[in-house]
Parts: sequence; C-alpha cells; structure tokens
Amino acid sequence: MTYITKPRLHHPSLTRNEAGYTRRDYEGKISTLCAGCGHDSISAAIIQACWELDIEPHRVAKLSGIGCSSKTPDYFLGASHGFNSVHGRMPSVLTGANLANRDLVYLGVSGDGDSASIGLGQFAHCVRRGVNMTYIVENNGVYGLTKGQFSATADKGSKSKRGVLNSDSAIDLVALALQLGATYVARSFSGDKDQLVPLIKGALAHEGAAFIDVISPCIAFNNHSGSTKSLDYVREHNEAVNRIDFFPSREAIVADYAPGSVTDVPQHDGTILRLRKLHADHDASNHLEAMAYLQKHQALGEIVTGLLYVDPNPEDLHAHLQTVSAPLNTLNAGALSPGKAALDKLNASLR
Amino acid sequence: MKPTDIGDPAYFHKVVDCQWACPAHTPVPEYIRMIAAGRYSDAYMVNWESNVFPGILGRTCDRPCEPACRRSRVEDGEQREPVAICRLKRVAADNKDDVNARMPRPPEKKNGKRIACVGAGPASLTVARDLLSIGYNVTIFEQDPFAAGMIRSQIPRFRLPESVIDEEVGYIANLGLDLRLGKRIESLAALLREEFDAVFIGSGAPRGRDLEIPGRQEAAANIHIGIDWLSSVSFGHIESVGKRVIILGGGNTAMDCCRTARRLGGEDVKVIVRSGFEEMKASPWEKEDAMHEGIPILNYLVPKAFVHEAGRLVGMTFEKVEAVRDERGRRKLVPTGEPDQLYPCDDVLVAVGQENAYPWIERDIGLEFGEWDMPKVDPVTFQSTLPQVFFGGDAAFGPKNIIWAVAHGHDAAVSIDKLLNGESLTERPSPLVNLVSQKMGIHEWSYDNDVSLAERFKVPHTDPSISLKNIRIEVELGFDRQTALKEAARCLNCDVQTVFAPRLCIECDACVDICPMDCITFTSNEDETLLRTHLRAPALNLTQDLYVADGLATGRVMVKDEDVCLHCGLCAERCPTGAWDMQKFLMQTTKAGPGCRPVAPARKAA
Ligand SMILES: Cc1cc2nc3c(=O)[nH]c(=O)nc-3n(C[C@H](O)[C@H](O)[C@H](O)COP(=O)(O)OP(=O)(O)OC[C@H]3O[C@@H](n4cnc5c(N)ncnc54)[C@H](O)[C@@H]3O)c2cc1C
Ligand SMILES: Cc1ncc(C[n+]2csc(CCOP(=O)(O)OP(=O)(O)O)c2C)c(N)n1
Ligand code: SF4
Ligand code: SF4
Ligand code: SF4
Ligand SMILES: [Mg+2]
Repeated sequence: MTYITKPRLHHPSLTRNEAGYTRRDYEGKISTLCAGCGHDSISAAIIQACWELDIEPHRVAKLSGIGCSSKTPDYFLGASHGFNSVHGRMPSVLTGANLANRDLVYLGVSGDGDSASIGLGQFAHCVRRGVNMTYIVENNGVYGLTKGQFSATADKGSKSKRGVLNSDSAIDLVALALQLGATYVARSFSGDKDQLVPLIKGALAHEGAAFIDVISPCIAFNNHSGSTKSLDYVREHNEAVNRIDFFPSREAIVADYAPGSVTDVPQHDGTILRLRKLHADHDASNHLEAMAYLQKHQALGEIVTGLLYVDPNPEDLHAHLQTVSAPLNTLNAGALSPGKAALDKLNASLR
Repeated sequence: MKPTDIGDPAYFHKVVDCQWACPAHTPVPEYIRMIAAGRYSDAYMVNWESNVFPGILGRTCDRPCEPACRRSRVEDGEQREPVAICRLKRVAADNKDDVNARMPRPPEKKNGKRIACVGAGPASLTVARDLLSIGYNVTIFEQDPFAAGMIRSQIPRFRLPESVIDEEVGYIANLGLDLRLGKRIESLAALLREEFDAVFIGSGAPRGRDLEIPGRQEAAANIHIGIDWLSSVSFGHIESVGKRVIILGGGNTAMDCCRTARRLGGEDVKVIVRSGFEEMKASPWEKEDAMHEGIPILNYLVPKAFVHEAGRLVGMTFEKVEAVRDERGRRKLVPTGEPDQLYPCDDVLVAVGQENAYPWIERDIGLEFGEWDMPKVDPVTFQSTLPQVFFGGDAAFGPKNIIWAVAHGHDAAVSIDKLLNGESLTERPSPLVNLVSQKMGIHEWSYDNDVSLAERFKVPHTDPSISLKNIRIEVELGFDRQTALKEAARCLNCDVQTVFAPRLCIECDACVDICPMDCITFTSNEDETLLRTHLRAPALNLTQDLYVADGLATGRVMVKDEDVCLHCGLCAERCPTGAWDMQKFLMQTTKAGPGCRPVAPARKAA
C-alpha cells in the first residue's frame, strides 16, 4: 500500500507501440497489495504483454472474482473494460460477456481460492466449453485476502506460517484444465517474467480456452520455509520444459536458432509460437503425453513450468454453438426477429 | 562489473547532480527543502557556510548546478527544465530574518598568525571569512575605495543592488577583518618583508583586451574597454553614452555593457559578434535579457576598422563571414565575399576578453611564472612556488566567476591553515559525509517524495519601460513565497539516496515493477559496456554511474542506473524486506579549522 501515485514521468527511451501507446499507458491504479506480492509481478507481466502485442486497451475486458489476485485488474489496463464479480463467479460472467460480444479480448484473472475452492465448478464448465479467453490463476496456495488460510492448491504436507501441516490433497489446476479440454495450458512463476510474458502473449492470441497457472508467492502469509509456494522453494524446484517466443507473424520472427533446437508452431490466426525445448522428452503438441509428463515429474517433486500443451487449431464456444460472426450485442431487432414470413418458412420445414 | 563502493563519499555525492556541479559543493536540495518549509534563515545559513554570498549569488551566479540538474533529464515532453536553483537561493536571502546572531564568533583569543590578502574580491573575502572565524588575523589590501572586487565594480546595479553587497561583505568585516581600502600593493617583495605568516593573492584578472584595428588610435575618445567602462559607471565617473552604441564581444561582459548602455542614453544599441549566435560565451539567460530590452545581436561579422571623420568616431566596418568545416572537420570562419558592412555609431564598447596582469610581482623573488606569464599555482592546494604565497579566484587560472573564486578561497584557506599548523598540504581529509534513513513510518518519509509535475516557474521582471530609465532599478524581482514553494517542490531531493542491502533482498521484483523510470534491473553480471545495454531501459548517459550490488541468493546482481531516478522512494515503499532504504546524504566539504585536521568530528544531519 502506497500513498502517492506513481509519477507520470518515465524513462526517456520509453517507446510507443503500433497502437500508439507506451507501456506506461497500460498501467492501472497503484496497487494496494502487500509490498513484494507476486500478484503485482503478474500485473507487470500482463502490462508488458499487452503493450508488446499492440493491443488497444479498449478492446480488452478484464474480469475477476474475489481475492487479492482478483483485485489486481484494478492495477493494470486502466483504460480497459472491467468486471469484478462475486467470489468464484468470474468464469460464468466471462462466458456471458463473451457470448454477448465475441469481439473483445477476454482476460479472466482469479486466485487459487477463487477458482479451486468456491469457483471450481464454474472454472470447470468455462474451460470445457472452450470459451475464447485467457484465464490466469495467480496461485499462492492460500486465501491471501482473508489472511492466509490454506487453499485447495496447497500441497499435502506443506506447512502454514503458524506451523500447521496441510493434510488434504492438492487440486492441480493445470492437470484439471488439460483434462477438461483447454487448448492452451501453461504454468509459470511470478518471479520469471522472461518466461511469463511470452506465455501471456501466446494465450491472448490463442483463439480458444487458454489457461495459465502462475505460482505467485504470498509474501505476507506463504513465503516461509515449509511452504511449497515460497520464492525460494519455487526457484529451487522449478523445471522449465521449454521457453517460448511469440511472434505476431512469420515475417516478424527475429532471433535465429540452430535448426532442431526450436519448433515453430504456427497458430490458426497466423501467429507463431516458437518453442525452445529444454526437456527432450516433453512434447507440447501431444495431449496425452503432456498429461503423463506432468504427473510423472510432479511425483518427482518438480514444479513443471512452460507451455505444457497447445492445440494450434482450437475451436471455441462460438464455433460449437455456430453463432453468427457478428457480436450478438450488435444484432438489432430486425436481425433477431426476421418476421412472420421467415417463421412460417421455418415452421413449414419442421412439419 | 565490480560492485559499487558506496562507502566512497564521491559515489553518492555524484548522484546529487547540482551539488556535484557546484564548485563550492553547496548542499542544494538540503536548502531547497528548508525554503519549502519556510525556514529561510536556515536555508540562508546552509548557503552562507558553503558559498559565502547567498544574496549576491542568488542574483548573479553562473549556476553550473542548473545545467547539471536531474530535473532537466526526467521531465516529459519538449520543455525539460532544471529547478530554478539560483533563484531559490535568492528567496532564502530575501526572506530571511536578521541572521547576525547566527554568524560565527571568532575566538576571543587570536592564534597570533597574520594573513595578508591582496584584493577584496570574493576569493580574498572567502579566505578571510574561513580564517577569521577560527582565530587568524586577516588584513585585506584593496586598491579601490570599496570592497567586493568585480562584484561591485563590474556587475551592474540593475542586476545586483549595492545593499546586498554591503550586507554580505559586512558579515565578513564584522568577524574582525582588517580592511585597508584604497591601498594598492605595488610590490609583492615589499609585502613579504612585512610580518605576515602567509599571503593570499586574490587580485583578479583586471585587464580588458583591446582591439587593434585601423582607426583605433584616431577614434580613441569614443572607444572604451568594456570592463574599465563598467567600473567607471559603477563608481559614478561615467553617466552617459552616445545614442548609437556598438558592443563588440559575445560574453557576459558584453551583455552587461549593452544593457548598461541602454540605461545611460543608448537608444540604438547592438551587440556584434564574430562567430555564431549559438557559440557566444554569454549564458543563455543573459542573452535573453539583453534581447528582451530591445538589443539585437548580430553575428558572423568580423570587425575590420573604426571609421572616423575629423577625429570623431562615426561607425565601424565589418567583414561578413560564414562557418565552414575543413577537411578535418574543424570549424572555421571564412569571408563570404559580400561587401563589408558599415554600422554607424557614436560609441564602441570593446568586450572581447579579460587578462591577468602582475606588474607588481617581482620576477626575482622565487615566485615562478609559467605559460602565458601566469604564476605557477598548484590546482589543489593553490600554493605558488613560494610556500607562503597562495593564489585564488581569477588571479590563479584566469577569469572565471564568483562561485569558483569562493571555492578556491575555501581550499586556499585550508592550505594556509595546514601550512601554519605544520601539516602536509597534500594530505587533505575527505569531506564529512553522513547517511541517515529518512523513514518515518511504513509509507512516510521525512521528505516530500510525491514528484511535482509542474514546469519551471518564471521569475517576474520589472517592466522595461521602468527599468530602462534608471540603472539602479533591479530588473529581476525574485520569486514570492508561494511561487518559491511551488518551484521548491520541483526539486527531486537527489540527496535522499536509494541505498540497497543485498542481504535483505528476496528478489521479488517489486521494486523493478514499481519504478516509474525503469532504473532497476536484476540480471547476471557482465562488464559495464554490455550491462548498460542489457538493462530494463538502456543506460546511455555515460556520465552517470551504475550502482551494482552482488551477494544475492540467485547469484545475479542488482543494477540501478542512477541517471533518471526520481528519488520517489517507491522502490523502498514496495520492498517487503526493507532492502531498499531512502537515506539522506549530507556532505560537508573540508573547511579550514578542526575539520581539516587529521581526525575530524562527525556532523549530524539536520
Ligand atoms: C562585467 C562582468 C560581469 C560579471 N558578472 C558575473 C556574474 O554575473 N556572475 C559571476 O559569477 N561572475 C561574474 N563576473 C566574474 C566575477 O566578477 C569574477 O570572476 C570574480 O569577481 C573574481 O573574483 P576574485 O576575487 O578572483 O577577483 P576580483 O573580483 O576581480 O577582485 C580582485 C580585487 O583585487 C583588487 N586588486 C587587484 N590588484 C591589486 C593590487 N595590486 N593591490 C590591491 N588590490 C588589487 C581589485 O581592485 C579587485 O577589487 C563578471 C565579470 C565581469 C567583468
Ligand atoms: C461468497 C464468499 N465467500 C467467502 C468470501 C471470503 N473470501 C474472500 S477472498 C477469499 C479467498 C481468496 O483466495 P484467493 O482466490 O486464492 O485469492 P488471494 O487473496 O489468495 O489472491 C475468501 C474465502 C467471500 N468474499 N465471498
Ligand atoms: S532536482 Fe533538486 S537535488 Fe536534483 S539536481 Fe535538481 S536541484 Fe539538485
Ligand atoms: S526512487 Fe526507486 S522507484 Fe523511484 S525512481 Fe528511483 S529507483 Fe525508481
Ligand atoms: S523489492 Fe526489495 S526484496 Fe524485492 S527485489 Fe526489490 S529490493 Fe529485493
Ligand atoms: Mg490465493
């Protein structure tokens, strides 16, 4: 919590993107979270990703539930649309918004409490419907806002700040998302923006249900020894399976790597995800193997991060429902009610 | 890159751009905060300690601090302007209470040592102040009937009222100064035979350069050497000038000449310079003030002859030139081939430079002279080749300005004090520094860390229709208190340093994310050139240091580019562990007296 606002002054080298904005233009209000919170780092990564993607702020809708993590949309993209729903209900509100106006970029921001406890059902159905969105869970293993109770993602055997052991099994939201049919699934760490920013860019460009679980240490209630979501623990156990670079088009590819060391995955929309493999036995294009890989390595005590699975040709909710390409909120009475003649014709076809 | 040694007093000093650039190292942000708090007398005394003439300098200083000021590197948009440091100094002087009681009291019992100073300019007066306050007897010999040197003889009254000079010379005279006015030293040898333990020569650079071109002798009656003419005006010997006046030269003296001429009856006054307008030596604000008074500045005109008729000056001819670059890229002025231009005039003021002259120093007394017939003077100790003779101010290395004269005076006083205490002059204790946390609460600091976005405020001027009528009417009026408060708020408090404790850092990135200026990066170490390009924002200003700290758990280093830091303290507010702290750096240059003895007592931060 800081009393002064962040000065508008900026580094002289700060540049504008294609949309005409500086990175600072993607900021929001000053954060009221605890100093050092991982969630603030994720906000910074979202700001960076949106700036790099030249996204026009008014094309984005950011939605969240309740929790410290769910407060963060106030701290980035100050010029975008926002909706702070009730606890755990963000996925449904997002689904509804997406149905009404498919033209916006949907960014759902939630916490492990918001998504894995009260909102677990909402989370599951939103993912399995393939809503075109980026769903980020800022996962700190606790209910930060209500002062640090274990959440459903806390690992069995990990210790609370007051020394209590967690005896329940953890819900792994990544495994769940994979199982539920998310077409872009990643895990990252708030302390590794080099990895996180391109993952967010890839997710925002992905035209289907993209899910990122970002481990985000809670400095106030879950950064002690005995925690498996502390900065130190995550740094020690982090196993990145790959690094990704995101390119808006084939022409935009810049860096050159030795052949074989990278795989370019062209996406449906023409963007390119370039994967630099760090673990030879991991294959992000194979759904089944991705799930098996995850289970195997998690059992070894590793925190597997990177782009774990991507389907380059996803189908989203609108495709399933065969809605018209125009956003539903733009259809007027004429378009929605085609008149008696059309109705008669339809009725006749059903006789 | 090697980790930064923040224990070196120079490191944080350099971050305080204005103080670093000030020859006397005045703690600028310290007094600016006092002005903001309405503590004008305190602000005055902070200045007085460092630069001896706050009221005078607040109107006339060459202000090397301002081009250095960080504010001009961080402001948004086209208008990037420094804090009006100099004019804030004047606010302290104008608004202070009676400060007589705060002046040092020289010890009742003198130390028995006698010092002679030649000339009563700012250099000698500084030596006198520093040495009188610690018990020396000081005698100043001044050829003119007034004290203050060129401050009084050259700087016109419309820039500096005489009352301000009297007041600030008075503070020094009151310390028990033996001031011998109207006494010119004609022989250094004779002076050295008197009972003085050391002699300081602060006789300035009193000779104005002449311009020997055809017609100079014939038209002599209406051709004047600028500095001689100005002092004649100051001392009331000259009260008028012709209607059409040409000033030759592009320095500050030329600017004072033309503006003075405007006030003594000159109606068509113009400044003519050989080179380009941009290359002129005069400060930008002096040029602006002159032009504001309806004085055109004509450039690329090389004087060819004084034109005279029947023994009277009637005009001057000039050759038109242009600047071209030769094969080696050097700039040269070459004639354009156009016909010479004639400018009619009644008087010419020659302000083409100033020189030193030492006709009164014998060349056989062991005091060596070197290049340009200048005395050999040590640039650190200010000692000549005669151990008990010191030089300072314009007399040492040629014409500079008041604040340099003051800085020399302080250093020469230290040397004299050390010499007469049998100490080595070259072993000079480093300045006293103090670093104190400014934290008052979780998000509360003892300074105003909320950065003002206001643009530089303009100092109000007397309307030219009034000020051009009388040479004694001051042109600049100074800031009122409200404007001063707003201008003071523009200062970024660069002395409140960001101090990093690597052992406390948990590398959470909070400081990196919050920093508005992208100053902070955690990265793997490399050599400086590479590192400068691999930061969150490139560190392209090579005159500004990188603050590098190792000892982090991940083996990376913290690198902070000092260049554009706003000292907003947000990094420290965001740091969960207190690894960043905002600490006030207060530095006191070494002055004559106990401070320059081998063991120095510490000074507390205000
Ligand atoms: C027109 C003009 C305008 C200026 N304006 C500014 C300005 O706005 N700001 C600024 O910072 N600087 C200004 N300067 C420069 C500044 O005045 C000098 O740099 C400064 O005064 C030098 O101080 P000093 O103590 O070395 O010598 P001076 O001020 O020159 O004092 C030397 C004194 O020694 C006396 N003296 C010399 N020889 C003898 C002798 N043999 N015996 C006895 N007495 C002797 C002289 O009479 C004189 O009083 C200006 C200079 C000029 C010419
Ligand atoms: C319906 C309802 N039940 C309970 C709460 C209390 N509550 C507020 S935030 C929160 C948990 C938030 O945890 P998480 O989503 O992990 O967010 P964090 O603060 O850890 O980022 C709970 C249980 C509530 N606000 N509303
Ligand atoms: S902002 Fe203030 S402290 Fe910083 S250089 Fe300018 S005057 Fe000095
Ligand atoms: S004080 Fe800290 S946050 Fe503010 S500009 Fe400087 S480094 Fe950045
Ligand atoms: S905020 Fe503090 S603990 Fe976090 S990275 Fe910066 S200095 Fe280190
Ligand atoms: Mg949580």
